[in-house]
Amino acid sequence: MYKILDELNKDKRAIRDIVRDKLMEQMQADERVCYLDADLMNCIGTRKLVPMFPDRAINCGIAEANMVGVAAGMSAAGMIPYCHSFGIFASRRVMDQVFMSVAYAKLNVRVLGSDAGVTAALNGGTHMPFEDMAVYLAIPQAVAIEACDCAQMASIMDQVKDMQGLIYIRFMRKNPVAVYPDGTEFKVGRGCVLRDGDDVTLISSGIMVAEAIKAADLLAAEGISARVVDMFTWKPIDAQLIEESARKTGAIVTAENHNFLSGLGVQVANTVSETYPVPVRRVGIADEFGEVGPEDYLRERFDLTAAHIVREAKKAISMKR
Amino acid sequence: MKKTADPKALRVFAEEIRVATLEEFDALGLGHVGGAMSIVETLAVLYGGEMNIDPKNPQWEDRDRFVLSKGHAGPSVYATLALKGYFPVEQLATLNRPHTDLPSHTDRNHTPGIDMTTGSLGQGASTAAGLAMAAKAMHKDYRTFLIVGDGESNEGQVWEMAQFAAHQKLDNLVLFVDWNKKQLDGMLEDISGDANFEQKFAAFGWDAQTVNGHDIPAIQAALARAFAVKGKPHCIVLDTIKGHGCDIAERTADNHSITFKKEDILHSIELAKDVLAKAKAEVE
Repeated sequence: MYKILDELNKDKRAIRDIVRDKLMEQMQADERVCYLDADLMNCIGTRKLVPMFPDRAINCGIAEANMVGVAAGMSAAGMIPYCHSFGIFASRRVMDQVFMSVAYAKLNVRVLGSDAGVTAALNGGTHMPFEDMAVYLAIPQAVAIEACDCAQMASIMDQVKDMQGLIYIRFMRKNPVAVYPDGTEFKVGRGCVLRDGDDVTLISSGIMVAEAIKAADLLAAEGISARVVDMFTWKPIDAQLIEESARKTGAIVTAENHNFLSGLGVQVANTVSETYPVPVRRVGIADEFGEVGPEDYLRERFDLTAAHIVREAKKAISMKR
Repeated sequence: MKKTADPKALRVFAEEIRVATLEEFDALGLGHVGGAMSIVETLAVLYGGEMNIDPKNPQWEDRDRFVLSKGHAGPSVYATLALKGYFPVEQLATLNRPHTDLPSHTDRNHTPGIDMTTGSLGQGASTAAGLAMAAKAMHKDYRTFLIVGDGESNEGQVWEMAQFAAHQKLDNLVLFVDWNKKQLDGMLEDISGDANFEQKFAAFGWDAQTVNGHDIPAIQAALARAFAVKGKPHCIVLDTIKGHGCDIAERTADNHSITFKKEDILHSIELAKDVLAKAKAEVE
């Protein structure tokens, strides 16, 4: 079981700070590491890497398709590229490039997609990725990850540097709710049990992890015991942990900051239906486009709340046979 | 390896590539013959001496790189590689067959000597720029040669790359535009307007020139002029004829991909062999 912080508060650090620090650390330690951006360095605070590594921190301008191709070419020459853009551009805008130039070609690129789901907030519906993970789920052998806080992002970046293939990591750019103590180690492809329970399992990632923990507290107050799982790797999914949770609790609720027709919920439901069928209820974006507004408003607007997880948990439990 | 700059010897190599490519298509019965024929002289110049390569060591770290962004012309590259000894010439007859290592579009994971996977048009342009960028970043001397189709240049990604490569001063990158005037659905000028590739690339900040793409000494001279220019990526527009040197392709208007009548392709091969014999006689 993973240790989590006693109190869940907003971190003083933003996830982008971790991204910048880890890129700097890796670029200093290994000359093969390079970082490409599409004119959004200021948004994730990485501009200072350019004078430090003029040949390896490359601003490609607002041309994401070319950026991904250049990264693929650099990896073919033995380098270890990271690319960054907002989640929408880092996924749907470059789907053909990440598919053919990287994944099909068996090359080796890490794509960072910032402003996951409603955390795009004031940039609005045009900039709000509810489908970015679906793009990567659809590409054979791609890895799709969502980081929930700074400690998790740090551990993920330590691991992906030496992984091979196409790897997508979505995250909120700004200050997350801190869930884990610094130094916690995660293993890509393995879900994390944060709290054990008997009546229902709450499976989530990203900003919904803290909501799931809150929901578990609310359920406990009503005498319902909930297991909480952080499924930060959506692909390859931890099917073993999902099956084990289905057997142990007999009901599952998934919670995702993403269209629930094409994301974590269907992955969990597929796994359960093939291994140990139990009720699965999904919290997430109900096949809608995003819209503009502060993040707090958007979380309510799209039912990405602990209260909604509680409602769905009770429904799932009532459906047990 | 030994370099050949003798244009007469390269003419023989070009016609050998042409014959071997047509024999690949004959074995299959169909293929992207038009765009495969138009780049043959350029392949002969590159693989016949210009590029630093070692067919016995296709993964040699310091080799010059080649990217065929118009990946559907793969068959003429396969013929070139086989003739250079990357793999047995007999393997050419497996083109597009189940379990072949010679797929219709070039694939770095299948064919010895293929440096990049291409097929979705426009993408090879950027991956070639990435190879050139990596050479700069890792202080390596290898050069990257890229062939882009004229029709392919409808793709916006080609021009994203053009801006990027000029800004990054990738003078270790040579882009050939195969200006064969035709794309799949017809004439380039009817479908996508004026070509003007030399002016377009020059406007993007490239060193740009246009040569007869079937004239071997002209291609050699263009490369020599290109590498004399520092600080800019190089564009060489190849003025070519789609299907050049394949009789049935030259007599077919829409010759992007042709399903051959046996007698037509055999006749084309015979004519190409005659041209090869004359080229050999010139050397002797």
